Amino acid sequence: MVNKVLTANRLSDGISVWLDASGNWVESLQQAFIARHAEAVTALEATGKLAFDDNKVVDANVVDVEEVNGTLRPLRMRERIRAEGPSIPYAAGYNGLAGPNFAA
Amino acid sequence: MYRYDEFDHAFVSSRVDQFRDQVERRLSGELAEDAFKPLRLMNGVYLQLHAYMLRVAIPYGTLSSRQMRMLAHIARKYDRGYGHFTTRQNIQYNWPRLSDTPDILDELASVEMHALQTSGNCIRNVTADHFAGAAADEVADPRPYAEILRQWSSVHPEFSFLPRKFKIAVTGAERDRAAIQVHDIGLHLKKDENGRIGFAVYVGGGQGRTPMIAKKIRDFLPEEDLLSYTTAIMRVYNLHGRRDNKYKARIKILVHETGAEELSRQVEVEFAALRDTELKLPEADIQAISTYFAPPALEPRAEGWESLARWKKTDPEFSRWVHQNVQPHKHPDYGMVTISLKPIGGIPGDATDAQMEAVADIAEEYAFDEIRVSHEQNLILPHVALADLEPIYRALVVAGLATANAGLITDIIACPGLDYCALANARSIPVAQEISTRFGAPERQAEIGELKIKISGCINACGHHHVGHIGLLGVEKKGAELYQITLGGSGDENTSIGEIIGRGFEPEKVTDAIETIVDTYLGLRNDQSETFLAAYRRVGPQPFKDALYGGSAQEAA
Repeated sequence: MVNKVLTANRLSDGISVWLDASGNWVESLQQAFIARHAEAVTALEATGKLAFDDNKVVDANVVDVEEVNGTLRPLRMRERIRAEGPSIPYAAGYNGLAGPNFAA
Repeated sequence: MYRYDEFDHAFVSSRVDQFRDQVERRLSGELAEDAFKPLRLMNGVYLQLHAYMLRVAIPYGTLSSRQMRMLAHIARKYDRGYGHFTTRQNIQYNWPRLSDTPDILDELASVEMHALQTSGNCIRNVTADHFAGAAADEVADPRPYAEILRQWSSVHPEFSFLPRKFKIAVTGAERDRAAIQVHDIGLHLKKDENGRIGFAVYVGGGQGRTPMIAKKIRDFLPEEDLLSYTTAIMRVYNLHGRRDNKYKARIKILVHETGAEELSRQVEVEFAALRDTELKLPEADIQAISTYFAPPALEPRAEGWESLARWKKTDPEFSRWVHQNVQPHKHPDYGMVTISLKPIGGIPGDATDAQMEAVADIAEEYAFDEIRVSHEQNLILPHVALADLEPIYRALVVAGLATANAGLITDIIACPGLDYCALANARSIPVAQEISTRFGAPERQAEIGELKIKISGCINACGHHHVGHIGLLGVEKKGAELYQITLGGSGDENTSIGEIIGRGFEPEKVTDAIETIVDTYLGLRNDQSETFLAAYRRVGPQPFKDALYGGSAQEAA
């Protein structure tokens, strides 16, 4: 089975967040709780729906990830960009995806 | 430029209060997302990949220095120090907090700006020629009519829930710089044989997944009938537009399926019932609105000719910039300046808060306090004395805004693409940056001449790829990005939709493909005066296909 994580955008500011093992929404994909079997995925989906209904987050989705040398990497580029930021240095102080973890 | 009256102020301010209440109720959980989403969209607030996005309306692309400073202030205070100017002459902020958006709208209202109707199935920001009121080839300034349309269409109860979004563009010159033939309604201001002002009316153009060139359904509509005739078109569309299928809901599909002749007949029937109603525009109202757009008093500045010639001789960089970015004004002592937002290797359309402040300062000091946003994602100073070009250029150099590439291969339109956009399938910005860097040498750009590259990161075509001389459409294929190339598109008075040249190219190969196309053009053009588009129209796609694919079987894949 492909590993999965739960991601969403925070209601108040829209920033991308991931659900960690303690049930908190965090800004780093690397701290996300990884669902490795079907029951865990079902639980993640239920958690996402609940958080949406509770008006904590919007656009909650379970997405596919793989682990590469201990680093989580979403399978879809869309999710890689959501996790790391735009793939370009776009503003002073923000280098986007230019970091070492991104591989297009 | 237009100034809000008491009604405008009260209206915009009441909308800010209303939205503040809606946001508070959303954040407290009183309003669910499903109920809130259409409300935030009506106020220009989208949700993108990384954050919310706020799209602020810049009616017909016209701004004062005060307004530009406010845009800079918002970028600094509420965002990450920059904004993105769009192909609808608007500006987008990529990182606003939802909780801050009422304050942002409040600040915008203080300089007579808003974000109304920048989203949703309503009549969007009306666009116009960015050289309006200044161009030598203009019959009349299109902006008074765009403003009349803006006032008429703002929260118009009958047209706030159309089958789909609706875009209107107005040009006042034969040379179409507003791409009117790829709009839902395109209006071309002209004079009839008696010297009366009116419009040629085009309907049913558009890009997106089904590109269509608009059909002309009226050769001359008297100006007094502008609102009654537009209302007639809207009524036919509102009644018969395909509400059953989002992808067939634009008026272009209705025009295509109904036929321009029959659609025109239906419009005329509605129009006959509307033309002598309160929608008829009184001459006094047109005059009153036109007064707001009266050109500044341009004093003779003939000394500019001599000094300009001298400066050009001593500074080749300045000379290149004047040659490329300054167009003749209707007053011979003045010019229209394009401030390129396409630095070599940069992000098309982005400007930092400091750059916005610099443009505001320059416009205030030298350019009658007037700034335009072009649909090609550049800024314009429409009225500049030739005598002032040199100090303006020096100030632009300091601000990093003096790239001499207007209309050249590096003056690329690109949508935000997958770097920001929730709808995108592929990135646009890095592709634009790589092409810009590859062709960035001034001599090379000059040798190539006019060539418009336009890049979209998905089929919705915000980057106008269908009308690019070279168009690039990013798609996702087997989880990776792929770029389809179209050639021969154009969004001017001779509008054409680009043709797909063959199979797409991977990100690492697409710049080479562009170079192959450019080299092929350089090899087959009659002489330097034959532009890429003219050459393509003469020879057709085959030489380019041969160069790209070598006649291999891959071509058709």
